[in-house]
Amino acid sequence: MTKELLSGNDAVAEGVRLARAEVVAAYPITPQTTIVERLAEMVARHELAAEYIPVESEHSAMAASIGASLTGARAFTATSSQGLALMHEMLHWASGQRVPVVMANVNRALAPPWNIWVDHSDSMAQRDTGWIQLYAETNEEALASVLQAYRVAEDPEVLLPAMVMLDAFVLSHTYMPVDVPSQAAVDSFLPRYQPVARVEPGSMQLFGSFSPPDLTFMEFRRDTALAMDRARQKLLQAGKDYARLVGGEPLGLIDEYRTEDAEIVLLALGSLAAAARDTVDEFRRNGQKVGLARLRSFRPFPEEEIRSLGRKAHSVVVVERAHSFGSGGPVATEVRSALLGLPSPPAVASYIAGLGGREVTPKHLGALVERATKKETPREAWVGVKELVA
Amino acid sequence: MEKTFGDHRPLPGDRGLYEVRFHGRGGQGTVVASVLLAKAAFLEGRGVQAFPFFGVERRGAPVVAYTRIGSGPVRLGGSITNPDALIVMDTSLLVSLKDTWLQGLRPGGHVLLNRPTVPEELRQGSDHHKIRCIDAGSIALRHHLGSPSNPLVNTVILGAFARMTGIVSLEALEEAVRTRVPGQLRENLEALNEAWETVEVS
Repeated sequence: MTKELLSGNDAVAEGVRLARAEVVAAYPITPQTTIVERLAEMVARHELAAEYIPVESEHSAMAASIGASLTGARAFTATSSQGLALMHEMLHWASGQRVPVVMANVNRALAPPWNIWVDHSDSMAQRDTGWIQLYAETNEEALASVLQAYRVAEDPEVLLPAMVMLDAFVLSHTYMPVDVPSQAAVDSFLPRYQPVARVEPGSMQLFGSFSPPDLTFMEFRRDTALAMDRARQKLLQAGKDYARLVGGEPLGLIDEYRTEDAEIVLLALGSLAAAARDTVDEFRRNGQKVGLARLRSFRPFPEEEIRSLGRKAHSVVVVERAHSFGSGGPVATEVRSALLGLPSPPAVASYIAGLGGREVTPKHLGALVERATKKETPREAWVGVKELVA
Repeated sequence: MEKTFGDHRPLPGDRGLYEVRFHGRGGQGTVVASVLLAKAAFLEGRGVQAFPFFGVERRGAPVVAYTRIGSGPVRLGGSITNPDALIVMDTSLLVSLKDTWLQGLRPGGHVLLNRPTVPEELRQGSDHHKIRCIDAGSIALRHHLGSPSNPLVNTVILGAFARMTGIVSLEALEEAVRTRVPGQLRENLEALNEAWETVEVS
């Protein structure tokens, strides 16, 4: 393990190198580009023994990744925003064909209006594609999550693709100290991918075939659902094994901070959690029982963990960088759903904040917690929106 | 294995945090400068963070970059509104930045300008700011860094900044340059040292 100063994108590329990815197919898009630039350099310098396939679109990047994975290669790609949206069709293909492709998505707003800054709407819109979704808080976690994503995705009891999210610029272009594990430690955590079935010359098999109503379509779908459910336990195990074999704290589906006796729990994703930790510390200094639950895994959704938080807290304050028009905050909606049926469920406040990279500070979050102390828990409120005069 | 530099003084102020804002133009190495400063402090065992203003970078366009240096790990992200120090890599920016570039600078904060002398209007100073100047373009060109129309001033600026503030040691800065500057290593190190010798201290 060595400590290095890396941007979030550098950290992802280091993770991919350590994972010994064998195929990288990618198309550049801000703010993801430097991930695949680093990987192209690594391939050119023979630091990564991978086939680098420059493609003409993100749709093709995913198609090539799926094809590579079907041959048994460990495949990687990275994208953002519009690129992820363009991949949408192929995302279903990846999970439907049960290929353990790992992708980094640098969370960025979808246009229009044109905006390249952090926003989680791009990946939230891919919620139902059958991909595991992990959101990183730090650059070090982004690296660790790439490795853990491969481990879980390639597990024969899972075999699903996985996306690792990192916030545009706040992580992708920010340099932070990162513990970079040794190759030997990573090799012990993540051995070579052993496919259950693969495309190979001389062997006849059928992949992605036709399935009319009475054959196996529903059965395939139920298998995918069960695999995603099994991924919960596998993610927990991967977090523990990584901590043991590679280092760091074990990462789970949610990451709790000072929640042991918390009456108010802030719930956030990604780099917002770093600001939220400062908010929590501030309230704790004043003796107020406030904690943070950072949602690391959105798919699979950590229903049990949310319910156990809900048994202790009187309010859960969800702050998220996405909105589902006509419904509300996608995370808040699922948090409410998870809490249903508890004897005395906490109130859930839903705040939409930081869309398109608007800054969210510990002060902003403090004001939301302050409202919760007065039992104000709006069903939906937008943080820091200017009233525009027509 | 990289060298580490253990001995350093406590950070100025009582926040355990020292924040620097860089103003430059695309192509001058402003963002690299923010990373090099962070790297030097990192080698001295500090918590650090460095990032560009999150925008679209173009050659010649104004660029803002930030470095945070902490006595412990730096957790908080987001832009820096009350810096301890300001570095202006291209003083032609001062025209467009008008009165705004000094905005938010903490009392007693450091200012380093890339120009031969302190501008008349800043001589009086305010809030006990410590203002220093360095003719970084001339030094860079003497060491064949960049071209007359676009001298690469970032290592020169950092040499002067390290000397005037003492925030990082010359040795750590040299090591940061060795690990992160891709070309003209000898020239960059000599320019860095010349700036360190030249800048007015006290």
